[in-house]
Amino acid sequence: MNAFLKNLLLASSLVALAACSSTGTTSGDGTGADGTGGAYGASGYGAGRGGAYGAGGAGAGNYVGGPEATQEQRVVYFDYDSAEIRADSQPIIAAHAHYLMQTGGAAAILEGHTDERGTREYNIALGERRSNAVRRAMEALGVNPRQLRTVSYGEERPAVSGHDESAYAQNRRVEIAY
Amino acid sequence: MNFLARIVPALFLACALCASARAELTIQITKGVEGALPIAIVPFAGNAGLPEDIAAIVTADLKRSGRFNPLDSGRFPETPSALNQANLGSWRNLSVPHLTVGQVSAGGAGYKVQFQLGDVFSGAQLLGYSFDVRASDLRRVAHHIADLIYEKLTGEKGAFATRIAYVTVPPGGKSYTLVVADSDGYNPQTVLRSALPVMSPAWSPDGSKLAYVSFENRAAQIVVQDVYSGARRTISASPGINGAPTWSPDGQRLAFTLSKDGNPEIYSADISGGGLTRLTNSSSIDTEAAWSPDGSSIVFTSDRGGSPQLYRMSASGGGAERISFSGDYNSRAAFSPDGKSLAFVSRSGGRFHIALMDVRSRQTKMLTDGGMDESPSFAPNGGMVIYATQRGGRGVLAAVSIDGRVQQTLLSTQGEVREPAWSPYSR
Repeated sequence: MNAFLKNLLLASSLVALAACSSTGTTSGDGTGADGTGGAYGASGYGAGRGGAYGAGGAGAGNYVGGPEATQEQRVVYFDYDSAEIRADSQPIIAAHAHYLMQTGGAAAILEGHTDERGTREYNIALGERRSNAVRRAMEALGVNPRQLRTVSYGEERPAVSGHDESAYAQNRRVEIAY
Repeated sequence: MNFLARIVPALFLACALCASARAELTIQITKGVEGALPIAIVPFAGNAGLPEDIAAIVTADLKRSGRFNPLDSGRFPETPSALNQANLGSWRNLSVPHLTVGQVSAGGAGYKVQFQLGDVFSGAQLLGYSFDVRASDLRRVAHHIADLIYEKLTGEKGAFATRIAYVTVPPGGKSYTLVVADSDGYNPQTVLRSALPVMSPAWSPDGSKLAYVSFENRAAQIVVQDVYSGARRTISASPGINGAPTWSPDGQRLAFTLSKDGNPEIYSADISGGGLTRLTNSSSIDTEAAWSPDGSSIVFTSDRGGSPQLYRMSASGGGAERISFSGDYNSRAAFSPDGKSLAFVSRSGGRFHIALMDVRSRQTKMLTDGGMDESPSFAPNGGMVIYATQRGGRGVLAAVSIDGRVQQTLLSTQGEVREPAWSPYSR
C-alpha cells in the first residue's frame, strides 16, 4: 500500500473515531465534557473532503508529519467551546500519527491552548481537553501512547495577541511539537 | 520600647528585598470617596538629601486609599517638626483636623525616624513613635507610619506596608516574569524570569514564600520559593496539569490541581510535597481551590453541573455543595481574610466581572464592570480587592474597595501585567 492510501485510511478511521468522541457544551472558551455527546459524524471527512485532499498530490498529499512539518501543518484548530476535532484537522493528525508510527524513537508533545476568555487555571483544564482529544485520535490510529505527551498552556501562550474573534480562532488550538 | 523591638527584626528581614526604589506600577485613583478626610503631613525635619521623602510617601499612601484628602504642601502655613512647636490655630484656619509632623536624624546603624499625629482642634497627640532603621528601610517605615495613621483615624487596619506579587509579560510576549513589589508599586523585585509561562502566584500565610506554577522544561510544575533567599523547591511535577496552588492557613499544606489520574482533580499535600491526598472525585473539571481562613473548607471551580460554578467541600475532601447560582460562569474564588466573603469571576452578558459573595447569606453583588476582569485578591485588611483587567487592549492591574467607592488603576510602564496576589501581613 502506498503512503497516500495509508494516510487516507488513517484519516478515515479518524472520522469514525471522531464520530463517537467528545462534543457537548460548557462555557467560556469551553470544551465539552470528555466522552459525551457526538454531533460530528454528519460531515465526515472521508466523504465531504476526501476528493479535495486526494487531489493535493501523491505520497502523503500536502501533509507532512514529524519535525519537518511546517508551522501550519502542526496546528490543529478548534471551534469555540469545543474539543471536537474538525474535519480540516484530520489530515494533519494523520500525517503526524503516520510519522510517529514509522519513527519508533520519536516523541511528540501535544500543546493545548484556549482563547483568553475565562479564568486562567480553568482554561488550563480546557486546553488539556483539546490536547487529550488529539492524543486519543493519534492513539486510535495506532500511535504508541509512550510516544505522546500532553501539556496545556491554557490562554498563557496565544499564537496572536488580539482581542477579537479572528485572534481567538487562531488561539484555540493544539500545537504538535517534537 | 516594645513596638521598636518587634519592628526592627522585621525590617532587617525585609531588606533582602530592597534594592532600587523605582516604581514599575504607577497608581492612579480613578474614583475616590466623597468627603475624604483632610489631613496635613509636614515634610520631616532632616529629611532633605535622604534617598526617600517620608512625608511624601505617607501622603501618597493616604491619598491613594481614597479615604484621605491630604493638604497640598504649598498651602502649609508652617513646617513644624514637633507638635509642641506647631501653631495649631494656623491649621485650624485651614479646616485640617489632623496634623502629622516628624524628624529624621542619623543614629545607630542608620536613622532615627520620629513622628507624631496630632488633633488640631484639641491639641492632643494621637500617635507618637520612634523607629531606628537602615537607609534602605526608609520607604518601609514610611508605609508603617501611613498604616498607623490610617488605623488611628479610620478604625481599620492599614495595608500600605504590604506587597503584591504579579506576573508581567513584556511586549512581544516572549518572556514571563514573576515580580514582587511594595503595595505602592515601588521596589519591584524579580522572583522568576522564564521563556515559558509563569502563573498563579499564591502567598504563604506568613508572607515569606510564594507558591506558583512554572512551565519551564515545557511541563507544568508547582514551585514554592522563598521570596527573601530565592531558595525554591518543586512541590509537584506530575504528568499533565500541576496548577492553582492555595495554602492552608497554618502554612503547612498546599491544595492544588493535578490531572495525573485522567482529569483535573484537587489534591492536597504537605509543603515538602509528601502526604498527597486526593480531595475531589468527579469526571469533570475541578480546579482553582481556595482554602478558607479557618482551615475547615475549600471552595473550588467545577463544571460538574454543565457550566463552571463554585462549590464548597471539607478541606479533607468528600461531598461538595454548589454555592454559586446566578449566571452560567462563576469561577476562581478568593477568600477575604476574615473568611466571610468570596471574590470571584462572574460572567454576565458575555462580559467577565469581579463579584463579591457573602459566604453565609450567599448574597452576591458585582464589584467591577470591566468586561475582562479576573484574578481577584483581597488586601490583608479586607478593605480592597486587587484584580487584573484590560485597558486599551493591554493587561493592567486595578483595585476596588469592597464597598465599590474607591477605584484605582495600577499603570505599568510597559507590557502586560496580570495575576496580582496581595501579600498577607508579614509575621
